[in-house]
Amino acid sequence: MSPIGPLLLAAFLFSAGVYGVIARRNAVLVLISVELMLNAVNINLVTFQNLLFPGDPAVTGQMFALFIIGVAAAEVGVGLAIVFNMFRNRASVDVDDADLMRW
Amino acid sequence: MQIDFIAILPEIVLTVTALLVLAADLALRGDAKQFVNPLAAFGTVGAIVATVVLWGSERVTFGTMYVVDDFAVLFKLLFLGTLLAILGISWRYVAEHRFFQGEYYFLLLTSFIGMMLMPSSRDLIMLFIALETVSVPAFVMVGMRKRDLYSSESALKFFLLGVLSAALMLFGMSMVYGFAGTTDLVGIAAAISGETASVPLLLGSVMLVIVGFGFKISAVPFHFWAPDTYAGAPMPVAAMLAVASKAAGFAGLVVVAFIAFEPVADVWGPMLGVLAVLTMTVGNLIALQQRDLIRLLAYSSVAQAGYILIPFGLARTGPEAAVVNAAAIEAVVFYLIAYAVMNLGAFGVAIAVERRTGLRSIADYAGLSGRSPLLAMGLTVFLLSLGGAPLTVGLWAKFAIIEAIAVDITLFGIVLATFLVVNSVIAFFYYLKVVRTVWMDQAPAGLPQLQPGFNLSAVVVVLMVGTLLLGVLPGLVTDFSSVISIVAAG
Repeated sequence: MSPIGPLLLAAFLFSAGVYGVIARRNAVLVLISVELMLNAVNINLVTFQNLLFPGDPAVTGQMFALFIIGVAAAEVGVGLAIVFNMFRNRASVDVDDADLMRW
Repeated sequence: MQIDFIAILPEIVLTVTALLVLAADLALRGDAKQFVNPLAAFGTVGAIVATVVLWGSERVTFGTMYVVDDFAVLFKLLFLGTLLAILGISWRYVAEHRFFQGEYYFLLLTSFIGMMLMPSSRDLIMLFIALETVSVPAFVMVGMRKRDLYSSESALKFFLLGVLSAALMLFGMSMVYGFAGTTDLVGIAAAISGETASVPLLLGSVMLVIVGFGFKISAVPFHFWAPDTYAGAPMPVAAMLAVASKAAGFAGLVVVAFIAFEPVADVWGPMLGVLAVLTMTVGNLIALQQRDLIRLLAYSSVAQAGYILIPFGLARTGPEAAVVNAAAIEAVVFYLIAYAVMNLGAFGVAIAVERRTGLRSIADYAGLSGRSPLLAMGLTVFLLSLGGAPLTVGLWAKFAIIEAIAVDITLFGIVLATFLVVNSVIAFFYYLKVVRTVWMDQAPAGLPQLQPGFNLSAVVVVLMVGTLLLGVLPGLVTDFSSVISIVAAG
């Protein structure tokens, strides 16, 4: 199997994530976009591992992907808590509303 | 797999301390909760002892993922010393503001465990885990004042930019992995150097990895979080982010740049050099207009990151590059140590003034010399040192950078040195403005008494003595920082 397909999928997901981070104003949707980017990384890693370096006894790429999944879960937990706290303080999760401090 | 437990003993001690702190917080009630602070300090001293005995040895464990050499030991001592100072300046601040004390100290220790891992990492996975262990507790600590709008806003900004840069860095790492077939830094260097023509995609990936660290050190295109986060976060956390987290970012950057990406140093070297120029210039120019001392310190720390990036701009590749690279790393390490001493001190004074009164604009420092000569003296020494005045360690820190440039003089090196000198002059303008306010201006009437407390005063005095002592005898540090070399290993 050629790695082109999965890599293109990963690149597309990553770009969609970057677009989401830039364009979305809702903090929760920004978080979801970051998750898209992280999953693009995971697809990349697993693709490289399985199609380019199948003989690696340490299965480095898949291990890396597992670590990313774990850390991403922790990040989302912390992130949702921060967004939730922000919502309790000002009844909005719009990132544009977070403008108390400029320069 | 054999695990060398002696090599990871400092981290184990810190982990046990962190868990003990959490347990003690459950057991203690009310005002007694503040006594988790000395417990944490005790564990830190234990970790320092466990680190000092590792000096001079070279231990490799977890396969080749984790290396404890003199470079790592020096950084670990820097982090642990910073941790002690931060514990000293947080005690009363945290106790008085009715924080979640146990959680605060637990998160602080956890973040420092990540920092301890950073200079020892020799693997992309390890570096990523270390970076996230530093960042994630920091996200929480910044938002620790739950009902404070500024705190929650700064936490949101810090978090979103943090995870974005982590995602970009991971994408770069995955591409590097796809190119090299290994996440081992030495293996990556071997794979890259085997390539005759440089591959644009690989260079792009290298840049993405560097972006991840650029966020942590608040280099210029990625510095937007820094002033807001420092201003909104509880002040000891701001000190932690400005000093320890930045030093950890530099440790990771040194490791990944000089070991893994050394064969393409002719590409990232000039790029980081340009970033250094941008970072110090932008940081200094915006700092000129600040009226809040914490924001001034934030932009000054952006500018300082620019100075520390200069040696990266000198990096070379090839067989004869080892001398230049070793000098560059040495300058980075020495500057980071000097920066930690003087910047922690400045934050300590800011905390002493802000505590209880909530005063933090530069105008509020008027007449500080009359209200508290010790704090005024301390602030003067720290700010002059940050500027690079003679008799302080700041001068030698800048001198170390010039020395690294002088190892092999190039046109680009001269340009960098010029920017360093010009920026130092600009920086003096705003540092001296604060010093003038402290000594010349009249204090407004009716200000409350300053009570820094024993811990805070002790930290300020120790750091002040350190700044001056190292200003006279820089050899106390350079004797150690000059023997480190990770270039030979790479």
